[in-house]
Amino acid sequence: MSAQTYYVPEQSRFPIFMALSLFLLVMGASSTINNLDNPDSNSAYILYAGFISLFTTLFFWFRQVIKEHLAGLDSNQLKTSYVYGMAWFIFSEVMFFAAFFGALFYVRSFAVPWLSGEGENGVGISAIGLWEGFESSWPVMTTPDKGAEYVLAEKSMAWPGWGHALEWLPLWNTIVLLSSSVTVHFAHIGLKNGDRKKFNRFLGITVGLALIFVGLQAAEYYEAYAHYGLTLNSGIYGSTFFMLTGFHGFHVMMGGFMLAVMLARSVFAGHFEDHDHFGFEAASWYWHFVDVVWVMLFLFVYIL
Amino acid sequence: MSAVIENHHDDHHHGPAKGLTRWLYTTNHKDIGTLYLWFSFAMFLIGGAMALVIRAELFQPGMQIVEPEFYNQMITLHGLIMIFGGVMPAFVGLANWLVPMMIGAPDMALPRMNNLSFWILPFAFFILLSSLFMEGGAPNFGWTFYAPLSTTYAPPSVTFFIFSVHIMGASSIMGAINVVVTIMNMRAPGVTLMKMPLFVWSWLITAYLLIAVMPVLAGAVTMMLMDIHFGTSFFNAAGGGDPVLFQHIFWFFGHPEVYIMILPAFGIVSHIIETFSRKQLFGYSSMVWAMLSIAILSFVVWAHHMFTVGLPLAAELFFMWATMLIAVPTGVKVFNWVATMFKGSLTFETPMLFAIAFVVLFTIGGLSGLMLAIVPADFQYHDTYFVVAHFHYVLVPGAIFSIMAAVYYWIPKWSGNMYDERLGKLHFWLSFIGVNVTFFPQHFIGLAGMPRRYPDYALQFADWNMVSSVGAFLFGVSQILFLFIVVKTVMGGKKATDQVWEGARGLEWTVASPAPYHTFTTPPKVD
Ligand code: HEM
Ligand SMILES: [Cu+2]
Repeated sequence: MSAQTYYVPEQSRFPIFMALSLFLLVMGASSTINNLDNPDSNSAYILYAGFISLFTTLFFWFRQVIKEHLAGLDSNQLKTSYVYGMAWFIFSEVMFFAAFFGALFYVRSFAVPWLSGEGENGVGISAIGLWEGFESSWPVMTTPDKGAEYVLAEKSMAWPGWGHALEWLPLWNTIVLLSSSVTVHFAHIGLKNGDRKKFNRFLGITVGLALIFVGLQAAEYYEAYAHYGLTLNSGIYGSTFFMLTGFHGFHVMMGGFMLAVMLARSVFAGHFEDHDHFGFEAASWYWHFVDVVWVMLFLFVYIL
Repeated sequence: MSAVIENHHDDHHHGPAKGLTRWLYTTNHKDIGTLYLWFSFAMFLIGGAMALVIRAELFQPGMQIVEPEFYNQMITLHGLIMIFGGVMPAFVGLANWLVPMMIGAPDMALPRMNNLSFWILPFAFFILLSSLFMEGGAPNFGWTFYAPLSTTYAPPSVTFFIFSVHIMGASSIMGAINVVVTIMNMRAPGVTLMKMPLFVWSWLITAYLLIAVMPVLAGAVTMMLMDIHFGTSFFNAAGGGDPVLFQHIFWFFGHPEVYIMILPAFGIVSHIIETFSRKQLFGYSSMVWAMLSIAILSFVVWAHHMFTVGLPLAAELFFMWATMLIAVPTGVKVFNWVATMFKGSLTFETPMLFAIAFVVLFTIGGLSGLMLAIVPADFQYHDTYFVVAHFHYVLVPGAIFSIMAAVYYWIPKWSGNMYDERLGKLHFWLSFIGVNVTFFPQHFIGLAGMPRRYPDYALQFADWNMVSSVGAFLFGVSQILFLFIVVKTVMGGKKATDQVWEGARGLEWTVASPAPYHTFTTPPKVD
């Protein structure tokens, strides 16, 4: 890293197109959501246009970055910048989940007990006779207000006891996701040893496991909605359950998609070398991150 | 592929591209810095105009000019625009211009992402401002958008507000990642961490805060969206949630956010005071440690905004003492600034005037903050004009004065021309008087009990409100002078030397004025 010259990319159209896509995307999303009960609304087309232009821009942007890399324009310094950039991006994702975990801990330890009259703050609530008969528990299956806008669930997603452990989907999901972290690691070892076959095979298995996870999660949601009556409308338990697992599932899809792209790059374009494969590494870090979030979910949403 | 390589060849030595596309497609940190700064100035003018609507309405008791609904939209948009569109982008613009030059880097680490971070902003604020014309009007729940005002009782435009906050947050996070990576990875050999200019340090810490809390804000608005449209109960006690939960999440973001708006100012003021005292800064390493401890503490004080919501006593005590602890590192910084000036050969050019005013007036804001940190006192002061006075003292003669000081201090380096010192001083004195006339009386009416966020007030508050409104118009009009001075400097004027200021230190003063389009193509030698 002596006095090499720096590489500053030439002007680029990608960012402004990306900003424009985001604009379309959020305008489309906002007006679609505001018009959910208006079947005549055309807002969804703005949303679709946003998605299409976002993905197109991303495709060409990444293609350009890969080309520049293959042309040998990246200095070691730029590679380090990518590493730091990805690490800090993952940290920001951790903080996003932290907000939802924080909400979960807060309602479990404070809001729900207080609403049922426990503690310093709860005394006041019961003194004025608010929410009478509401019992604190977790998972909380009722709502303080018995109004019609809530669809109460009959059953929660919590640990069903050893007798039913094997038919409990979250356990299988945990096994699937933890093994996928191992297989992606094996793929990495294969790549580092120059064993392309092993890399492709294990990366393929990882992507397969990601798909299985998403499938199981979908089955779980179906079960929740169709058989347990557990929905976003079931009060705070349903809210925290679906938002935490939902955002996690969304991240699994993104991570799985990234890994699938890496697989395609390796299989069809022969990308990545034993000492030079940042794209894959970044995707695999992301995958490990998604895995760690799941472990937290498993503990705090399902088990405890 | 060959096109890529060719681009590379003729990349370094030619100057900026011609025409509009230069600004749309640019990857140059100086261009992007300029874009940020002008954008922020435009937002200051728009947000400022809204402030003047507020002060015009409050000039006299009784309903004078606007409807109460519109008044609420004005206070909301004023706050959001000044914070997210004015102060934050101004600091990012300064970081873009200065950080690479100060550490001997050719540009920001991730130049294309840098462009993206900027160009998201005009779209985000277009969405926010367009909500004024939507059915039900713009967001009207205050910049803190507490639930249930912002959920159950919000106008439909809240959905647009939520998504515009989302993309603003994305812009901030990407900008912050860029700054961190640049500082961690692009320093010229010899620029060790403890030799970094304080502005760079202040931005390293700020960027870390941004990456930590902007996602939390995204989480908060996402929960709002779900509560409003998809039936969840995060902020609804009837479903087992809690509106107070919103405040916790918001202030977990919000308190570090106020430090995001002041830490870069600390960096700027340190440079300026050092230069015009013609002395080395007193206590460099204690400045760094003070900023680090302020940043860490800022994560454990958030509930000082919530003393009156009915927190358990233990929480009130914890947050009171934790808040007061922040006064210690803050005091260290003020001490160091004063000690730097002590026995220096001071001169009072415009940047120095703004910097000294910063030290004095920011300290007043810090002291009123300490008063607010005392739980039983805050029961009285909370949601009164005293709070408004407090945060305007730290933000206007704090954050904004530091931005103006920075513009005067570095504009010779940016444009190659000296600004008009006489006009600069005039601008300073008008702003200084305007700020104090506007915000000092708000302490009095606050202590006397006038609540914030109402378009009307009881008669006993009339005199000081009138004074405050006069000051606000003085301050607002003075900023037209600022615009004039900046434009005049950019168009021409006395040529600046490379060193510009006699006592200035740092790499940016070693390059030509105006700084060449690409500063360092090979790392400079630093020892
Ligand atoms: C010694 C340092 C400080 C202390 C002890 C302090 C303390 C406080 C307290 C206790 C409040 C809540 C008052 C209430 O709502 O009843 C408050 C509000 C506020 N502070 Fe500070 N503060 C300090 C510095 C700052 C700085 C440096 C900034 C920004 C640059 C700032 C910006 C704000 C803002 C914007 C609010 C009001 C938010 C709102 O309710 O709209 N403060 N401060
Ligand atoms: Cu605070």
